[in-house]
Amino acid sequence: MATTKLGFIVQRPGYKSENPKLALTHAIASQSVEIYLDDDDEVTCDVAFVGEGVLNCIKDQKALDNYQFNSTESHVKMGLLCDLNIFICREDLEKYGMSESDIVLNAEEMGGDMDVKVVPYEEITKMMEEMKHLLFF
Amino acid sequence: MGKLTIGCFASLVGSTNLDFAVKLAGAALDKGHKVDLWVSGNGTMLSLQEQRAFKDYSYLEKPVKELMEKGLNVTACEACAEARGYHDSNTLEGVKRFSMDWYLGSTFDADRVLHIGGE
Repeated sequence: MATTKLGFIVQRPGYKSENPKLALTHAIASQSVEIYLDDDDEVTCDVAFVGEGVLNCIKDQKALDNYQFNSTESHVKMGLLCDLNIFICREDLEKYGMSESDIVLNAEEMGGDMDVKVVPYEEITKMMEEMKHLLFF
Repeated sequence: MGKLTIGCFASLVGSTNLDFAVKLAGAALDKGHKVDLWVSGNGTMLSLQEQRAFKDYSYLEKPVKELMEKGLNVTACEACAEARGYHDSNTLEGVKRFSMDWYLGSTFDADRVLHIGGE
């Protein structure tokens, strides 16, 4: 059995480009990657929002109302439902005057039991060091 | 020899990131490495057939065809392509179309992954 760990690092704000959403949809695709792998092999994905990327996690996004497509917030929740580890840089949140009360923290209303992890950048660095490959979005 | 997986999300026209990705893929193939090239988001534009060469724009249909003959494995994100109106019927011969898990599957045994995000 072998595991390849991928770290998705989201640095850009939502809606300005497609990158943050593509980071989440690709990470969520780890749920079905086994069709390309031998039995017991796996690919796992952790996602970290840093810099302007933390703005993707603001709650109560109205993308469906304004653009008629799913919000990045809903993709964060889908990621939690798929048991992805989702990290949010505490220092970068604070840089934008935000706290945990401003962001999506879990997907409880969808039946999820994972929470996002608001952590110091140091912990995100540790996560990155544990990954085999890093993908920057 | 190793395996290189390249993911490129930048468009064919509007940036030269895809040009770089294709040139890098060619260099790696020439050294005997196996190369998977995944295009997603605007990068799926690479998968379109009948690209027309102008001197002012990137044109990659010919080099990609030549590299695929040398073994380059090109796969486009099917959902990203369909959302842009790129269908099976106008996909470059030899380019595969799969869902995003294909990219993750390719990274599994890759020695290196080079991910080039979109614009």
